[in-house]
Amino acid sequence: MKLVIYYLIYPGFVFASIIGLLSTWFDRKLSARIQWRQGPPWYQSFADIGKLLYKEVIIPKEANRSGFIVAPLFGLAAVTLAVTILGVGMINPTAGFIGDIIVVWYLFAIPAISLIYIGSTSGNPLSSVGVSREIKLLLSYDLPMVILIVMVASKVGGFTIGSITEWQRINGSLIGHWYGVIGFIIAIFCIQAKLGRVPFDLAEAETELGSGILMEMSGAVLAAYVLSQAIALFGLSYFLIILFWGGVSGGIGILWAILKYLLIMVFLILLKNTNPRLRIDQAMKFFWGWMTGGAILAGILAYLGV
Amino acid sequence: MDILKKSFKKSIWVFHLSAAACNNCDIEVLELLTPRYDIERFGMKLVGSPRHADALLVCGAISAHAKPRLLEVYRQTPKPCLVVLFGSCGCSSGIFRDSYSIVGPVDKILKEEDPDVKIVYIPGCPPKPEAMIEGIVMGLGAL
Ligand code: SF4
Repeated sequence: MKLVIYYLIYPGFVFASIIGLLSTWFDRKLSARIQWRQGPPWYQSFADIGKLLYKEVIIPKEANRSGFIVAPLFGLAAVTLAVTILGVGMINPTAGFIGDIIVVWYLFAIPAISLIYIGSTSGNPLSSVGVSREIKLLLSYDLPMVILIVMVASKVGGFTIGSITEWQRINGSLIGHWYGVIGFIIAIFCIQAKLGRVPFDLAEAETELGSGILMEMSGAVLAAYVLSQAIALFGLSYFLIILFWGGVSGGIGILWAILKYLLIMVFLILLKNTNPRLRIDQAMKFFWGWMTGGAILAGILAYLGV
Repeated sequence: MDILKKSFKKSIWVFHLSAAACNNCDIEVLELLTPRYDIERFGMKLVGSPRHADALLVCGAISAHAKPRLLEVYRQTPKPCLVVLFGSCGCSSGIFRDSYSIVGPVDKILKEEDPDVKIVYIPGCPPKPEAMIEGIVMGLGAL
């Protein structure tokens, strides 16, 4: 029973989707202000979801009918589970299991995989270009991020969320060290790519491929995708706070956590608004070259302890 | 269901379909995205795929070549959807009316396909951005 409440209400589905949708509004509003526009009202993301639920769902003729409908729900369930594991790790640090931090990272990969499935089943040529890009992107940002997770875990001597936050509570957060700063910057880029936002929106590429991989999604199917994207935006920023920035503690710590969260959002939004889209070869070079090199450097620095 | 209907009015995603327009209307559409007119205030945004669209913005008199494409895009758009006929050409074929290659105003073609299609007319050559915003908002009010 308790698990169901954790999963469905707090810190799972309801809580995460409200925060996530408000964050996507914040993203759009701040982007609009950067471009000197007014931007949408606060309920915009909720209205979008409601609107999409109201519309007809069209399933392409070539598509696998049940797969086309189930795949986005699968992605939604996976990100909700990831956010729940993170949240429960905060409420009760001893509740984790060994390796949960890795499990969370790969749960966040499931929406991308379901998107790849939808894109390739829809039979649209633009979607299939998007699919090939999404797969390459998935392979490229995974490497530096996993190196970083392993670095953090070996530094704190434990593969659980509880041990990472516990270590940082005693020894100060990792971002206070050079390796933490380098790791944090690399992780911001990886998250941006994982969320498919500009400059790594190659799979969608609105101006080049129409909507690329999302091309054939409509109505409730698209709503599930948009919602899982919003939850992932919240969940991944939260993941970053846990990994490098000491997690969340009660009392006044909640305010600190909100500040940290907003700061990470501002980083992500500025990155989005100041960069043009990369080509796929540039993106792969960037992640397998600079970012992986940086992650290894951070690992060495962490071993030396600076 | 009422709240879903209300949210439909607050979040219109627009697909821009240029079907044999003189290109002036198409340029004018982009003005809606600029800081001065910013239609994102009303929750509207341009999307790249008719599958995501709630409103089709059709510019231009329809040539024989463009007609099957127009119908194809209309069929691909999930219903309910609004059709906004943009400019004098869209409303009535405008100055191209008697040309040999024009197959008639858009509303006639669409009504043959789907008798209860919802259409908003915004005349002008090209219409001013204020007129476009007013037209779309009035169309939503009548929905
Ligand atoms: S209405 Fe005028 S500006 Fe618009 S496409 Fe027709 S001729 Fe061009």
